[in-house]
Amino acid sequence: MPGKLRDLAVGWSFALPFTLLFVVFLLGPVLASLAMSFTDIRSSDVRDPLAVTPIGFDNYIRLFSDEQFLKAAGNTILVVLLGLPLTIALGLAAALGLNSGLVRFRGLFRVGYYLPVVTSIVAISVVWRFLLQPESGLLNSVLGLVGIDGPNWLANTSTALPAVIAMIVWRGLGFQMVIFLAGLQAIPQELYEAARIDGASRWAQFRHVTVPALRPTLLFCTVIGSIGLLQVFEEPFVMTRGGPLDSTLTVAYSMYSQFSFGNYGYASAMSYVLFVAIVLLSIVWFRLLRGADETP
Amino acid sequence: MRRRDRTASIVLHTVLIAGLLVMIAPFVWMLLSSLKGEGEVRRAPPTWLPADPTLANFRELFDRLDFPLYFTNSAVVAILVTAGNLLLCSATGYALAKLRFAGRGALFLLVLGNLMVPPIATFVPQFVLVSNLNLVNTYAGLVLPNIALAVNVFLMRQFILSIPDDLLESARVDGASEWRVYWQIVLPLCGPALATVGILTFLGSWNNFLWPLVVATTEDKYTLPVALALYSVGQNQTQYGLLLAGSVTIIVPVLIIFGLLQRRFVQGIATTGLK
Repeated sequence: MPGKLRDLAVGWSFALPFTLLFVVFLLGPVLASLAMSFTDIRSSDVRDPLAVTPIGFDNYIRLFSDEQFLKAAGNTILVVLLGLPLTIALGLAAALGLNSGLVRFRGLFRVGYYLPVVTSIVAISVVWRFLLQPESGLLNSVLGLVGIDGPNWLANTSTALPAVIAMIVWRGLGFQMVIFLAGLQAIPQELYEAARIDGASRWAQFRHVTVPALRPTLLFCTVIGSIGLLQVFEEPFVMTRGGPLDSTLTVAYSMYSQFSFGNYGYASAMSYVLFVAIVLLSIVWFRLLRGADETP
Repeated sequence: MRRRDRTASIVLHTVLIAGLLVMIAPFVWMLLSSLKGEGEVRRAPPTWLPADPTLANFRELFDRLDFPLYFTNSAVVAILVTAGNLLLCSATGYALAKLRFAGRGALFLLVLGNLMVPPIATFVPQFVLVSNLNLVNTYAGLVLPNIALAVNVFLMRQFILSIPDDLLESARVDGASEWRVYWQIVLPLCGPALATVGILTFLGSWNNFLWPLVVATTEDKYTLPVALALYSVGQNQTQYGLLLAGSVTIIVPVLIIFGLLQRRFVQGIATTGLK
């Protein structure tokens, strides 16, 4: 066999099994999802996906006049707007604290803060549902100690979404912390030494050494964080079923609902809107956070 | 300066310990409350220590309900998904990192592009596909869409790139085939990467919810998260003790694995982040 052909055979003998499964189960569906979003495909059409009617942009037009979807979109935006800065700020604060050289038992703190990240969202949402109970819940009993009469968090339209977001932040900050810690530890100590020799205060060191050096880490954390937050689904599914009065309904949840009603075309359109939102938001973060001083 | 450091250290420890309590308390309360009788779980104000510890909730889950089956389903799916990813993604990672062949660049671009695609964007057509393959409500249906994940190929490729070519070249000169090089030289050096991929994939599968929720249509194929979620919003939703014991059943195995391997977990996450 000529060399090139042999290389081809050897190379694909490694890559082909993966590639086949990857193309069929992951890449194909990305395109199929787009195609389905322009049709009226329903669960009854599943056996014959080619016989469905193309309906152009109807699903997308319907989407933007669907009040429930708009509500879900608003809630999802709130989840990102509140959840992302909180998760990142707390994760960064924890990482800075642990990295300061003043803390003992760093390993213990790191494991403790990271613990919720590895646990099942479903299981942890069940636990939080009980913690947030009005009478028998831990949170309100702690608040009661300082004289605050806590509300029925998950049954109230004004507190349900903040409560769900609080749980999301609690569960996610450990991930951000670990990434920030790795980023902090990768900063060369010489930079700090040089800054000290120049007489830089702690704050000046933070401002002019730590912050610029952490920028790629911050970019990664922001992108990963927004991708996760835009897809929030399990938390409202278990904690509130999207209620009360759709106050915790998210885009991913309403997409799942449409799917379970059998409206596959419409659900696909929703998923594409979400997908595009994820890509656009990531691009925005890249533009904003990749500094002008860095080469691309 | 020294005194300032000491004050700073005390403040910092206080804040970090308070934070730690907030992070840990839900788990402690979950564990303790799963051992309470139904009346006590609902008591207001809530208690910490069970007044009358009982395993009744777990007995109910494992004897009357089908939790042993759900547990087995979760474990079987997670093991198959993990084994599949380890094999397929390490082989493909090797090809992308160390072999030259037509189509390599295109495949790598597709893998990179797919990293951005959220699972939620593809599950409807995945379900249509799995239905047409008659795999709804089967282990194969649960496993196949997650058996070849782009992120794992990416991690393996990045790691294998760091293995020096000289090492492989000397084996090739001795007449070893590429498969032999992969199996006897590359894989044994990939321990840390395989551990990262294995841990993250197992965990992802064990905790996965949306896909098994969609594909497991009858109870005998439920995984633990699906069973717990449906119990928690269905007719068992008022059985608090039972639901907490269910949460313990999902979380504790992970906590044990995490406790044993926490260094690898954290390193794995950090490398995923920085490369």
